[in-house]
Amino acid sequence: MIYVNAFIFAGIVCLIGQMILDNTKLTPGHITALFVVLGAFLDLFNIYDNFVLWAGGGALVPITSFGHLLIHGALEKASEFGFMGLAMGMFDLTSSGIISAIVISFFLSLIFNPKD
Amino acid sequence: MEKNKYKQLVDKHTPKENRMYNGMIAFLSGGLMGVLGQFILQLYSYFLDIPTKEAGTYMIITLIFIGCLLTCFGFFDKWVNFCKAGLFIPITGFAHAMMSAALDYKKEGLVTGIGASMFKLSGAVIIFGVVSAYVFGLLRLIIFGG
Repeated sequence: MIYVNAFIFAGIVCLIGQMILDNTKLTPGHITALFVVLGAFLDLFNIYDNFVLWAGGGALVPITSFGHLLIHGALEKASEFGFMGLAMGMFDLTSSGIISAIVISFFLSLIFNPKD
Repeated sequence: MEKNKYKQLVDKHTPKENRMYNGMIAFLSGGLMGVLGQFILQLYSYFLDIPTKEAGTYMIITLIFIGCLLTCFGFFDKWVNFCKAGLFIPITGFAHAMMSAALDYKKEGLVTGIGASMFKLSGAVIIFGVVSAYVFGLLRLIIFGG
């Protein structure tokens, strides 16, 4: 059942993105930035947590989960250290993704040449 | 007057994109990415015997690796042109943006090319994510107390 939920949730997020792309002049870069902000905004009221419970991996795959993980790491540290914790814990949960993306793409770019 | 005529002519001859079709392709491909994510997540949590939260991290790293590798082989650009939002909204789009920037600027050297330009396309995601998460986190800290 969770597979169906994952399919529906990830599909609808991508459908909204495609609708914005087709009907406005925004580029893919604008839309991904917009969706990250949207993911962080939805966590202001704990909405995205419920999506993750409902759709599992389907809610973690879209870029909206990046904003959700950023704000979660920040709030986790903030409950311990107060105001400064926001800056200390911001990358706690997402650093694994960002670091591995940097390392992987650095070494792969040494090996491969661009294709035209 | 001339300008209006020209605009009408351009409008007449630009190919109309089928929005219904694009939307359906994006829905299907995006949904399949979600199912793939959930499948990898359950695979990891079953075989490595780790909690779901850790398995989610592993799953995201795996998808980033797949996205980077397929970009290197040159498949991913064609797929993104076909699926559009179905592939650039999932985390693979982030990996694709970074990998293609690194490959494109490789000829300018290691430091000034790859090092300086890797975040050229995907930097916006990180900057806006951090700024918005900071602002919303601050708001939540003040209003709801954490």
